[in-house]
Amino acid sequence: MSTSPARIVIIGAGQAGGQAAYSLRLGGFVGAITIIGDEPQPPYQRPPLSKAYLKGELDADRLFLKPVEYYPEHGVDLLTGVAATRIDLDAHTVELSSGAAVGWDKLVIATGSRPRRLSLEGAGLAGILELRTLDDVDRLKAVAHPDARLVVVGAGYIGLEAAAVATQLGLKVTVLEAMPQVLSRVAGPEIGHFYNRIHRSAGVDVRTGARLVGFEGAGHVTGVKLEDGEVIPADAVLVGVGVLPNMELASDAGLICGNGVVVDDQMRTSQPDVYAIGDVAWRPLVHYGREGRLESVHNAIEGGKIVAASILGAPPPALDVPWFWSDQYDLKLQTAGLWTGADERIMRGDPQSRSFAVFYLKEGRVIAVDSVNSAPEFLVGKKMVAAQATVAPGELADKSISMKDIGARALS
Amino acid sequence: MPKITYIDASGTERTVEGKNGMTVMETAIKHNIPGIDADCGGACACATCHVYVDAAFAEKVGKPSAMEQSMLDFAENVKESSRLSCQIKIREDLDGLKVTTPESQH
Repeated sequence: MSTSPARIVIIGAGQAGGQAAYSLRLGGFVGAITIIGDEPQPPYQRPPLSKAYLKGELDADRLFLKPVEYYPEHGVDLLTGVAATRIDLDAHTVELSSGAAVGWDKLVIATGSRPRRLSLEGAGLAGILELRTLDDVDRLKAVAHPDARLVVVGAGYIGLEAAAVATQLGLKVTVLEAMPQVLSRVAGPEIGHFYNRIHRSAGVDVRTGARLVGFEGAGHVTGVKLEDGEVIPADAVLVGVGVLPNMELASDAGLICGNGVVVDDQMRTSQPDVYAIGDVAWRPLVHYGREGRLESVHNAIEGGKIVAASILGAPPPALDVPWFWSDQYDLKLQTAGLWTGADERIMRGDPQSRSFAVFYLKEGRVIAVDSVNSAPEFLVGKKMVAAQATVAPGELADKSISMKDIGARALS
Repeated sequence: MPKITYIDASGTERTVEGKNGMTVMETAIKHNIPGIDADCGGACACATCHVYVDAAFAEKVGKPSAMEQSMLDFAENVKESSRLSCQIKIREDLDGLKVTTPESQH
């Protein structure tokens, strides 16, 4: 084992930052660990924020990745409600909003991402909300009483999950999407078309190709104005139009950044004592032979494990293909792989049955799968993506052949 | 408070107090039990909280739902006693429950 560093500082108390600390302790690291988080809570799961937590089915403390006692019991100094304001690479310190500075031998940047904001007239009105943190959701819950009118801007995972919950809570929901299809950034047109129909039949007014020009209201938002002059009345607006990586600390320090902090296969930045993980990292995507930024639980956890292994000189974890999920109504969408660049899409099963999958192929190889209420397609598809397996399209489309059999042939 | 015992692949037993309504997975995470990853946090989306339920409790714990079963069908090292621990809610009559974690969740 290489010489162990004495002090590790992790900027960011999200899923990636938390995982780095847990994996370091699990791997036997005995030095000091400090986590700096600008939110008041300890590291918590974000996925339920737009699902069970918004619905009121889970209390906040059930979202915590570890109980609060974990940190003192394991010698992890968790600083919450404090922001890192500057990284000094020469002095090996991080300056904090409290005025203090913390020294490090290895630094992990896990600063995550922040919701993109709209630069439209009235965008600063009260009642225009975003959904990233527990506090964000508490603000949304405060306005989410039955019969309230909610306009969701952006039909990505966050927007559609929130729309599903809000509709189920009795709100009158409109979804505005600039693209011709919902979920168009993350899934193919068959999936978009399906979710469009599901939301409409649940009573959500889904408008694709919508052109927003601004928000109306005096102090508090009262409506969303479209290009054709129509104003959609709103008691609250939720904006979910993607995120931006929080990479300013890194770029100000002189670390190489692009659309994220550039890292190698061990998540090391251009300064080898400094790592970046989670949403903020621009990392090698080994299954695709390119680099990219992933916004997912899988990526956060994997990054934390890779960093710990790298610091401890331990063997790196096996790399998983990117995977995602989304719960809307009684539907579980599970995605493995990234579908960008697909030249063929194979539908397996009938969307009318609410259980089906779309396989994405490139030059005959499976590069991604989207499955709706069909775990076998997700799990076998994930293995196919990892193996870059070739498969006969006719076989994939044939429901009379089980995924077990298709997988056995494709993966042998 | 029902007691739950987790046995790891090497046979080490850890017994903790569970809370009614919490899942066997959440209880493991709360008590820092190794061997249960639970990457998705209990959404039945990842099959990384796989456990083997002790035969004495098989009936009380019950069978997996269709969704859970189809996740299990494709997990590694699945046995008749396999369950996803995020789908087992703790109740008073599960006091003394023993579950064993597999060698690996991936």
